[in-house]
Amino acid sequence: MAADPLKIVYIGKNTGNPYFDSITGGFEDACKSLGCEFEFVAPATAEATSQIPFIEAQIQRGVNVIGIAPNSPDALNQVLADAKAKGILVLTVNGDITGNEQYRDATILPVNFDIVGRDQVEMVGSLIGYEGEIAILSATTEAPDQNKWIVGMNETLKSDPKYAKMSLVATVYGDDQPEKSTTEMEALLSNFPNLKGVIAPTTVGIAAAAQVVQSRGIADKVAVTGLGLPSEMRDFVKDGTVKAFQLWSPYNEGWLAVHFAKGVIEGTIKNEVGSTFEVPNLGTITINANNSINTQAELTTFNAENIDQFDF
Amino acid sequence: MSTLDTTPSTPVTPRWQTLLIRPETMTFLLLVVGIFAGSQLSPFFLDINYILKSFTLYSELAIVALILTMVIIAGEIDLSPAANMALSACLFAWAQASGIPMPVAIGIGLAAGLLMGLLNAWMVISLQLPSIIVTIGTLTLYRGLAQVIAGDKSIRVPEWFIGVDKIMILGIPLPVVLFIVLALVLAVILGGTIFGRQIYQIGTNETAARYAGIRSARIKFSLFLLIGFVASVAGIMTASRLGSVRYDLALGGELQMVLMAMLGGTYIFGGRGTILGTFLAAWLLVVVSTGMIVANVLPAVQLVVLGGLLIVAIIATNLIYSRTQR
Repeated sequence: MAADPLKIVYIGKNTGNPYFDSITGGFEDACKSLGCEFEFVAPATAEATSQIPFIEAQIQRGVNVIGIAPNSPDALNQVLADAKAKGILVLTVNGDITGNEQYRDATILPVNFDIVGRDQVEMVGSLIGYEGEIAILSATTEAPDQNKWIVGMNETLKSDPKYAKMSLVATVYGDDQPEKSTTEMEALLSNFPNLKGVIAPTTVGIAAAAQVVQSRGIADKVAVTGLGLPSEMRDFVKDGTVKAFQLWSPYNEGWLAVHFAKGVIEGTIKNEVGSTFEVPNLGTITINANNSINTQAELTTFNAENIDQFDF
Repeated sequence: MSTLDTTPSTPVTPRWQTLLIRPETMTFLLLVVGIFAGSQLSPFFLDINYILKSFTLYSELAIVALILTMVIIAGEIDLSPAANMALSACLFAWAQASGIPMPVAIGIGLAAGLLMGLLNAWMVISLQLPSIIVTIGTLTLYRGLAQVIAGDKSIRVPEWFIGVDKIMILGIPLPVVLFIVLALVLAVILGGTIFGRQIYQIGTNETAARYAGIRSARIKFSLFLLIGFVASVAGIMTASRLGSVRYDLALGGELQMVLMAMLGGTYIFGGRGTILGTFLAAWLLVVVSTGMIVANVLPAVQLVVLGGLLIVAIIATNLIYSRTQR
């Protein structure tokens, strides 16, 4: 029976955010190969309730699957409950409604966020020979993801003897604004003349830090790393300012979401903790506690050799 | 032709013409065009249940916009109600979360709204400060206090309290019913009572109104109290709709409220405007916004259309008023 094609929509945090172009690309390609209809919508601002009319509209349009990068951990509860009651499969993609998991069917996150802090310490350690002063340039003081990673970094530095000769001298916040991040980076360099490495676990922070190091020509003294977008970091990697940095593939989140959604709706995938399924190019995926699904086991490291393969 | 004749009578103009050049007529026509355009843009739009449901998302702001219309007609402005909604809701949610019985917690929220209105009224009327400056100040203050109380977290309300928008009366969600009833009551008060006429007279020429024996300070004071109180009701309704409260509840809502009043033909310098206009404008805003959202129109285009609507409305309002003033 040729049923109507599956209708999938992805609701982003807001428009004009290049990060979402890559996730959307994964959704689009997967929908093309599996024969689903796909639309991307997003409100103009990333304010807590701005996604509500968009969810209502998608319910009204009769879509089968809503993927959403939620702007609020709980303001969407009631409308998501409505969507689920209408039989729509609700997936949070690239961000979850922590504490309100009953209002979505599953969440698709790039990596297990518990290991990001550890991986980032290993990254900076490998760049500075596991010895010397390091600092963290983060987003805002309240950013939940970054704060979780910073806790992980501190724990790793304290507990793992491999990093005993590294000392974290400062954690500063650039508020994800280029100017403020630049100012904070400059301050780090003048306050800690022996600084050897900086971890900036935010795309704005790492670009600002790299810019400062590039313009001062001190790449051989201070190693900048963290989480960044290949498209923004390409030039810094090519001229040697940044040796290596990490991130995940947002593209794979969209790619996985569509395969998962189609499988669940057609009954080939059981949306239960512990069950596994196959996704082309990604291999075997396991559904973890809280119906949480990760697209990759570890962060992807970008360096001069591989950076040209990534276009997000 | 004696004492009660306050409307300038122009016996030569036929009735249809006076009707046609009222700003509400323009709002009504735009509404008709909006509904037609929405139905052309998407087959999912023309569904009365969907439109009513979408209206609930704007109903709290629309309810406050009705009172704001009266404030603007009286020649003042209040930009703080959306922040008031957030602070009242935060106080209410915080109170009930710390174990205070629900009726008392609601009382605390409402009292807070009244107090916020009182503070505005005191500064504008007793201290004679310009309302636009005062309420920009209190907008920031109330929002800031809400953040002090709630922090960056959200406060939950109990399960049974959630869903004021799911209560149906004759198939219409309760917030929409409240909006319609309040509009009817206020339309009668503003259009049919001496109190209502006095509001127009204060807005047209306050000095003259005072010489004519109208207690303008007292009337304006009561309007600021009223909008403070109604904003807190709206805030608590929003809490019930969302199921949780954060300091950023109704963030930017003051602009939507002013937009509704302006789209409805209320004159920003006071003295003119109607409840009917704001009533129609609220529906216009909902129809245009949801019509575009359900058709997956790009948000940038949506902003352009809404901005364009406002400019059309303001130009038309000004043209109409300058014609009728001659």
